[in-house]
Amino acid sequence: MAEFLIETIGLPSWLAWTAVAAVAAFLILNVIAGGALVFIWAERKIAARIQDRLGPTRTGGRFGWLQSLADGIKLLAKEDLMPDGADGMLFRLAPYVSFCASFCAFIALPFAFDVVGLRLNVGVFFVVAVLGLEVFGVILAGYASASKWSLFGAMREAAQVVSYEVPLGMCVVVPVMLAGSMDLVTIAEKQAGWLTNWYIFHDPFTFVIFWVYYTCAVASVNRAPFDLAEAESELVAGFHTEYSGLRWSFFFMAEYGSMFLVSALAAVLFLGGWNGPVPIASLLGWSDGSSLSAPYAVRLLGCANLMGKATAGVLVMMWIRWTLPRLRIDQVMTTCLKYCTPIAALMFAGVMLWQLFLPGGLVPGSRHQAAAVREAWLEGRGDRVPSTNVPLGVVPATSRQVVGVSQ
Amino acid sequence: MLIAVGTVSVAHYLIVGAILFTAGIACMAVKRNALGVLMGIELVLNGANLNFVAFGSSYLAGEGRASLGLDGEVMALFVILLAAAEAAVALAITLNFYNNHATVDVDRADDLRG
Amino acid sequence: MTECLLAATTWLLPFAAIDWHGLFFLLFAAIACGAAIMVVLTDNVVRMALHLVLSLGATAGLFFLAGSEFVGAMQLMIYVGGTLVLLVFGVMLTAQTQLVSLRTPAADRVLAGILAAALFAVLVQSAVSVEAWRRPGRAEVSAPTATPLGMALLGVRVDGDAAGHESRPLSGYLLPFEIVSVHLLVVLIGAAYLARAKRRRTPRAVELVASVDPPPPVQTRSEAGESASVLVGGGR
Repeated sequence: MAEFLIETIGLPSWLAWTAVAAVAAFLILNVIAGGALVFIWAERKIAARIQDRLGPTRTGGRFGWLQSLADGIKLLAKEDLMPDGADGMLFRLAPYVSFCASFCAFIALPFAFDVVGLRLNVGVFFVVAVLGLEVFGVILAGYASASKWSLFGAMREAAQVVSYEVPLGMCVVVPVMLAGSMDLVTIAEKQAGWLTNWYIFHDPFTFVIFWVYYTCAVASVNRAPFDLAEAESELVAGFHTEYSGLRWSFFFMAEYGSMFLVSALAAVLFLGGWNGPVPIASLLGWSDGSSLSAPYAVRLLGCANLMGKATAGVLVMMWIRWTLPRLRIDQVMTTCLKYCTPIAALMFAGVMLWQLFLPGGLVPGSRHQAAAVREAWLEGRGDRVPSTNVPLGVVPATSRQVVGVSQ
Repeated sequence: MLIAVGTVSVAHYLIVGAILFTAGIACMAVKRNALGVLMGIELVLNGANLNFVAFGSSYLAGEGRASLGLDGEVMALFVILLAAAEAAVALAITLNFYNNHATVDVDRADDLRG
Repeated sequence: MTECLLAATTWLLPFAAIDWHGLFFLLFAAIACGAAIMVVLTDNVVRMALHLVLSLGATAGLFFLAGSEFVGAMQLMIYVGGTLVLLVFGVMLTAQTQLVSLRTPAADRVLAGILAAALFAVLVQSAVSVEAWRRPGRAEVSAPTATPLGMALLGVRVDGDAAGHESRPLSGYLLPFEIVSVHLLVVLIGAAYLARAKRRRTPRAVELVASVDPPPPVQTRSEAGESASVLVGGGR
């Protein structure tokens, strides 16, 4: 796009790049903010249905779909309170820290092939790392509020997030191992084709580890039943007890943003990314590039695919929230340290052994047939997959020479 | 302000590293809070890390090859890992000290003075 | 409209050669250095932690700029996301009002300032003294280093040809890697042992122990008295 601007319109390159960056940032912001609006409405409706109520029905028509917009206006108009004795600078800063962390993680998230803010070689790692920074906003908010409830919530959050990063990291490593790359785009590309190519169906271990990942993801974004940081039955509202108005809504946007993010990450890592269950693009014959609009249509389709999967993930999180009771803090820790971590470690070893002994799957050849059907964006792009993909157990020729020399 | 292309060199990184390093040293010297001293150590380690990465970066090296190559990055990785270990142990010691003395002031840790 | 745009473009033309790398380097370097200095100057320990987070985050940005994406992400994940959260955790556990701001005597501050200035002078002098280090870097993007790094940690070097080390074979880092992993395990256990909840022998614990095997009432009283005296004696 930047090249297009430079060549056709004749903009100087820096202006073109700035414009492109601004557009990308605007789009990502819209995904977070618009997503939060939709998800808040959805959450209210789902909660209502689960509790045998109707939920919002009046604002903006029959289904109350303008409810979250009305909420937003109410929040804007609310008085911005700061408790006496609070640390002013930190109190004001905290919501933005949370929101920025959530926003930054979206930079490396691919929505479809080429539709990615910044294609990083260590994309997975970056997303998980930046997502872990969100905890700082919560801790700062808890401390700066000068309130016991907030401090308790923040301490719980710190302990919980640091603990859950261990099994989360272990689960995330599995698709990295299968794809031989930490690049999110490459990982999703490798799952192109039919449903069976998705990493969740790669072998039984990955199937289990997907659910471990999902549990840890729910815990790491502080959703019920792991929302100990804001447990309203014990801590009033936890870390955001003292917040009101726009700053409070920033916390909420960060929460919904990271919910969407971990779901999208799950989709990319395990559920085929932007590749649908059926390779529609290839079946429709868009892969030959005969029509001009085909690449855009394919990308749009990919975006819709990924968004759909991520939304499904978020909806399941809501379903869980309104169904399961909240855990106690020691139960949360037990779940992490005594269940999730050992299971993740075992499954990790299992996937490794599977990859070593049964790289082609249980039925020999089946995976190759499936892999032969590729989505349109893979055609003629053999060089696109970086040469850095070293399959497990296979040492490239150059390194063999090096080993030979050293021996 | 016009920044010419490719002006960032290893020396720039070294100077940033030097600032971090000296800030860390000053922090260790000035702070009385044990955790403040710990933060000074983290700053010092980061200054050193920056130097390792700068020497190892083939991007920053001029025409020749990077003087450390991959070794610089590996060293930086090890430093990060060991810093994590060091912080965990130091924090445990600090908390233990706090349990016994109800303070984190390092000047009060003089029980063994004769 | 178009003319207006064109005029604006020509006016901005001198800035066309903006070097994004240099600009972002300046930005991140300014944040890192400024926050590091703020860590020294601030007395409030929680704000110190915040500035430290900023400083280390900006350092991760510098790592990204130097082409070491993996180290940068590692810095974000382990350092900022792990170590500093731990540190902030410790700060909050010990954050009593009289401990939040511990001030140092002014004489110490002056001494530390002199020490730091001298050290800084020496370091900068040595940094700019070597001509090869002042040469500007290449303008093209280098190959990603994550894979060679991973292979090196497994004991296989794949970067030998690129780096021009044909003369001597390069060894990997399998042994250091293993040593570090064992070290981390040791630290994990050690830290958990150090910071564990102490089982104190309080009077209540004595009662509990006594109640396990209920002796006759008279004996109990004497025992309780004895244990109390022992406790008092121990206290002295």
